[in-house]
Amino acid sequence: MKRTESDGGTGDAFTFDVESTVEVTTRERVVDFYEEFIYKPGLVALDDKRTAIGGGILVVYLLMATVGAWLYPEPTTNQVARGIQPFQTMDAPLGSTPSGVDILAQTIHATPDMFILVTSGAVFATGLAVLTGTVSGYKGGRVDAVITTLSDIAMSIPGLPLVMVLAVTLNPKHPAVVGVVLTINYWSGLGRAIRSQVLTLREEAYTEASRAMGLSTRRILAKDIIPNLMPYVLVNFAFAARYCIFSAVGLYFLGVLPTNLANWGLQIQDAYDRSVLVGTGPKYQILVPMITVAVFSLALVLLAQGLDRVFNPRVRTRMAGESESIDGEDESVTQAGGI
Amino acid sequence: MRYYLNRLGRALLTVWAAATVTFVLIRLMPGGPITQLRGQLAQQGYSAQQIERRLAAAKSRMNLNPDASIPQQYVEYMLSLAQGDLGTTINPKYMTGEGPRTVASLVAERLPWTVFVMTTATILIFAIAIVWGAIVAYSEGSRFDKGSSVLGILLGSVPFYVMAFALIIVFAYGVNLSVFGVNVGQYLDLFPARNRMTQRLLGPERGTLEFLLEVLHHAALPIASVVIVQAGLQMLAMRANSIQVLGEDYVRVARLRGLPDRRISTRYVARNAVLPMYTGFLTLIGFNIGGSVILEQVFQYRGIGLLMFNSIELRAYPVLMGVFLVFTVTVVVAILIADLTYSRIDPRVTTGESSEAY
Repeated sequence: MKRTESDGGTGDAFTFDVESTVEVTTRERVVDFYEEFIYKPGLVALDDKRTAIGGGILVVYLLMATVGAWLYPEPTTNQVARGIQPFQTMDAPLGSTPSGVDILAQTIHATPDMFILVTSGAVFATGLAVLTGTVSGYKGGRVDAVITTLSDIAMSIPGLPLVMVLAVTLNPKHPAVVGVVLTINYWSGLGRAIRSQVLTLREEAYTEASRAMGLSTRRILAKDIIPNLMPYVLVNFAFAARYCIFSAVGLYFLGVLPTNLANWGLQIQDAYDRSVLVGTGPKYQILVPMITVAVFSLALVLLAQGLDRVFNPRVRTRMAGESESIDGEDESVTQAGGI
Repeated sequence: MRYYLNRLGRALLTVWAAATVTFVLIRLMPGGPITQLRGQLAQQGYSAQQIERRLAAAKSRMNLNPDASIPQQYVEYMLSLAQGDLGTTINPKYMTGEGPRTVASLVAERLPWTVFVMTTATILIFAIAIVWGAIVAYSEGSRFDKGSSVLGILLGSVPFYVMAFALIIVFAYGVNLSVFGVNVGQYLDLFPARNRMTQRLLGPERGTLEFLLEVLHHAALPIASVVIVQAGLQMLAMRANSIQVLGEDYVRVARLRGLPDRRISTRYVARNAVLPMYTGFLTLIGFNIGGSVILEQVFQYRGIGLLMFNSIELRAYPVLMGVFLVFTVTVVVAILIADLTYSRIDPRVTTGESSEAY
């Protein structure tokens, strides 16, 4: 009787289940999490100028989207005098449009929706890319052929024109939906790149070991393959986010997206339609949203360039001063980490 | 040989699938060509009777029956497409005096301009990037290298349409320049800000030098806004490739053999560093032609991108379909050429199938 029970794996027979015998308190876990995911990456990030500047700019935009949008009055017509030049009064620090809308208010109140749009688009694009890339790269054979053909098609349909038609057809109102529509075929190229990385990862010894142990494909993908791809994926997350801003503002400028959201692209369109570019027209109207968009995308490019280092485990441990053996080899880096 | 046929078949399948997807999407757009035409006519002040008569006339001229079901229209469209017929448009905006205009002729008139702008831009991007990147790679770590990298990143993070506006402001209208109310100096009046020719019909004769100069003059700003933005990023790619190649053993061996520097830099380093950029070049042409929709709207440049934008507004389905197909075929052909010729350019790459299924 007892024997059969232990055969079923309920007794103390040997199993493959990974259960640690050391008790870990919640506090220790929190500290551990802080060390691994906030403190060490933070050190590397702040040390690298690119991530520091990029992150700094992004924080400013985040503050603008949360605190700024909460404190600063919403843009309405005739809230201030018409056509104020920038830096003249505190009512409208960046000037006002010919219909008396405060340009700073427009710019600030566009940020929350922009953040939602960009995040949802980037999450959708990278998520789908990781899914298709890993599955097709790891499985190979027929699954690979089907997914590759699908992504071939998605890649060949030109992005912007497709998004334009989709935008008119679906008329998406919520910024999160707009984000998904914008990146509707962005995943294909990234998925292809991930696939080729997986092709090498699946031949690694540890992946083969997991396979020999008979672990399920899903588990191998989640435990062995995807963690190795994370740095690459996160860097491309920033690039996808930048693509989102580019096309969102561009399409709002064209006027194919619904105009219910306050938006930098609409500001540009409004200014362009009033032909501020011609002659002595009020250039600041178009310059403010132009600079806003360019700086936002600059922050994301800088982050993408610097994140590479943050996810490099060697750089991370060295900076935290934990690995002594490497300490001596590269003094300049250790010193920078100590500051 | 089998690989080539296989690849060609895949390309055809891709075009067909893309055509189907866009066909369905376009039919799902709210409001159709007839609704749009009715609105246009009503705006022009025609009476209800006149409008109905004109619509009936327009319907009889359409090569597709607008009242048929979507599957039926799809089959009809695909059949005529297989015979190389892109259809005709009934929208008065696109019609010349004689009556309905074929989409093929409309596209044929617009496409060369877009291809000219975008191909010139892409070739310039890569020419600049390859030379600049190679020079920077040789002086790695210098002030010039660091400055170039920063400049590349800065320019690369500006959307091309933002660059286009900036160029228009600075180069297109000769008035006093005041940014944020501060007088900075004189604007330049060097390049036109819109259109592809000064006069649409009565320009200099085609093929003459004046014609070429005027075309270049008008295309200068659109080309510049794409080149300035993208050249820096490609330069960074070229720099990374070159630095990697410079560290290879065969370069060191070449130096030890006492080969002249010039020979090493052109035959050993440059060739191998440019290789990975070849595929990028072809896909970038396709990508840029797709991006012409925004660029041509900014400059009111009457190319295929502006045609697409206008036909979305007018719901001119056959034109929209035609433009979409042109875009898709461009990208497919670019990728196809890249795939088929890469093994010729780099003999180390042999085309193989993926094996083993887990």
